[in-house]
Amino acid sequence: MSDSVKTSLLFLFVGVLILLEGTTNVLFFSGSWNSALVILNMGLVSAIMALGVNLQWGFAGLFNVGIMGFVALGGLAVVLVSSAPTPGAWTQGGVGIIMALAMGAMSLIAAIAIWRLLEPGKLRTVAMVAVLGVGFFIYRAIFDPSVAGVEAIDPALAGNLGGLGLPVLLAWPAGGLLAAGAAWLIGKTALGLRSDYLAIATLGIAEIIIAVMKNEDWLSRGVKNVIGLPRPMPYEVDLQNDPAFVEQAAGYGLDPILASTLYVKLGYSLMFTIVLLVLLWMAQMALKSPWGRMMRAIRDNEVAAEAMGKNVTKRHLQIFILGSAICGIAGAMMTTLDSQLTPGTYNPLRFTFLIWVMVIVGGSGNNFGSVLGGLLIWFLWIKVEPMGLLLLETVTAGLADGSALKLHLLESASHMRLLTMGLILLLVLRFSPRGLLPEK
Amino acid sequence: MDILNALVAFTNFVGVPAIAYGSQLALGALGVTLVYSVLRFSNFAHGDTMAFGTMITILVTWLFQSWGLSAGPLPTALLALPFGILATMALALVTDRTVYRFYRTQKAKPVVFVMVSLGVMFMMNGLVRFIIGPGDQRFSDGERFLISAREFKAMTGLREGLAIKTTQGITVITAVIVVAILFWFLNKTRTGKSMRAYSDNEDLALLSGINPERVVMYTWLIVATLATIAGVLYGLDKSFKPFTYFQLLLPIFAAAIVGGLGSPVGAIAGGFIIAFSEVTVTYAWKKVLTYIVPEALKPEGLVQLLSTDYKFAVSFTILVIVLLFKPTGLFKGKAV
Repeated sequence: MSDSVKTSLLFLFVGVLILLEGTTNVLFFSGSWNSALVILNMGLVSAIMALGVNLQWGFAGLFNVGIMGFVALGGLAVVLVSSAPTPGAWTQGGVGIIMALAMGAMSLIAAIAIWRLLEPGKLRTVAMVAVLGVGFFIYRAIFDPSVAGVEAIDPALAGNLGGLGLPVLLAWPAGGLLAAGAAWLIGKTALGLRSDYLAIATLGIAEIIIAVMKNEDWLSRGVKNVIGLPRPMPYEVDLQNDPAFVEQAAGYGLDPILASTLYVKLGYSLMFTIVLLVLLWMAQMALKSPWGRMMRAIRDNEVAAEAMGKNVTKRHLQIFILGSAICGIAGAMMTTLDSQLTPGTYNPLRFTFLIWVMVIVGGSGNNFGSVLGGLLIWFLWIKVEPMGLLLLETVTAGLADGSALKLHLLESASHMRLLTMGLILLLVLRFSPRGLLPEK
Repeated sequence: MDILNALVAFTNFVGVPAIAYGSQLALGALGVTLVYSVLRFSNFAHGDTMAFGTMITILVTWLFQSWGLSAGPLPTALLALPFGILATMALALVTDRTVYRFYRTQKAKPVVFVMVSLGVMFMMNGLVRFIIGPGDQRFSDGERFLISAREFKAMTGLREGLAIKTTQGITVITAVIVVAILFWFLNKTRTGKSMRAYSDNEDLALLSGINPERVVMYTWLIVATLATIAGVLYGLDKSFKPFTYFQLLLPIFAAAIVGGLGSPVGAIAGGFIIAFSEVTVTYAWKKVLTYIVPEALKPEGLVQLLSTDYKFAVSFTILVIVLLFKPTGLFKGKAV
């Protein structure tokens, strides 16, 4: 079986799974087109994230376990770009906040400059610590009252700076840029580290990004969540009230409510597919280009690549930024799909490690593999719960109804997810370490 | 008098909690460091190993409580602890046989081990949630305080009270005993010496007739013990929640790396450094400052450097600083 046949067959398999989800309700399928499209949409977003991780891991061998942070930054970009500005927020403290942040950045830069320029010795350490200390207190002195000012504005509904009120689609590239900026900062400090140090460093940074988003209410309303973000698709209710749409739906023999929900979801699927295809095409081109060959050469033997005159650190930084930017775009798309930002829901198991399972299962180093892994693993992630319930119902069929053990087992079915994902990851790593679609 | 009050307030809100938390982190970091030095990878499943051991201990505690068995003023969980340790040992050995051994014989790269440990982490996390659920469990019973704030105030006549929870006392005492036994084991016994030899130079150890499988087995047994004890102590002191244990991974790694991965002394020092910095940076200093600064300079705000939700940021910043300026950690660790 040639590679392309295998690839097509596997993609066909995922397609059939999603079609079955829409058409039949035997076993664990639900038989609802809405549910099929929901799975497909998040699957597409996950595939994009997996593509970004594959760029870092598959191309360059960088072990990034901070994907969640970049995804969350993409979500933040949606709020900053597309939500309506809060009236008065800028005059009541917004400017102060920006000034304070600039102040903080300046003291950091000054500290780095001192470190670079002065001779090593006690003087240098003291000067650096003094600059950082004084900088921190000035920063807090400007920052705190400004934040209080912003957060005092209509705290029940706003209390944050709000956004620029631009079209939401602009937020997607903006999410990529924001994530890229963060990746640059992180890469500058952490990329020189050994592989497992880099892993721990990125893990920590992701947690910090989430902590910032949960706590800085002026930025993203924290755990109060930002809801009702603008959508690129019309609202279902508006469609149902539009006579032309109702008539058209009737033409297909659909009732207007179902038709409107499907229309909106299909619209998202279409947009996400376009983004995915563009990114996939770019990743394929990059892989085939001399640049991609150089990346793989660096991955396979850093010392040799360096001896050939390749700047390993720079190339690593480059690809780290690119991969993170893709995750940021995916994060912005996801927040757009939900039309809300809920910092409390970002969980590393779901947003970092699950993506890793996708990349490994799909086949690291193969872009099609990542896309396949993204779609397939997402489908499983959703469906393991009903599968587990089915399994446990069969297992506990012999037990008396209402027995404590049976109840407990059935209640715990939802936790089968993590167990299954771990098992899949271990099995793939053991028996097929190159994944479903191995790198060529 | 004011100085004394400030000192007591400081000990009460910073000193005691940080020592207890530091001991728990140190025990966790010792486990990470041992896996790193003998098996040569960063074990991402360590937090979930702790969670598993604690879960078994909690289940046995509940069983004992239902039998009416108790340890008097001490928490029942201490009686249940050996069972938790045994179960975790079994789990660690089974995991090693079924998962890690294959890669060890293949001499896989460290990063492959890390990936595999991610898979193990998922499975253990799922297992724990499956058995006990994702919710919060409190299982501390017995006497709540060694000294309560009121008793302390009555005793000394100071305005500030000093409260020491029983669990904090137990944590420190247990940690001291465990660490003493561990160091005795590593330095004095044959097995401990062979472990250190294997960690220093694998080939040389093989040549001198050390059986690597035995060394690995003992390492897992010790790691399981340390993880369970650390987990139970943390759970007694605060509460048990699977996700919190997973998140403990970050300060534990930070402690191990700051001290120098592979160095047991470093792991302990790292644990206390991380714990003290987390607590001091996120503590609101107002109370202490009001006693020592003159009336005119009294602080208006809480004088909290960072909000408590940023405690991860603290351990992480220390981690980055150490990695940038002293990549092998404070006590020379080793690099694979």
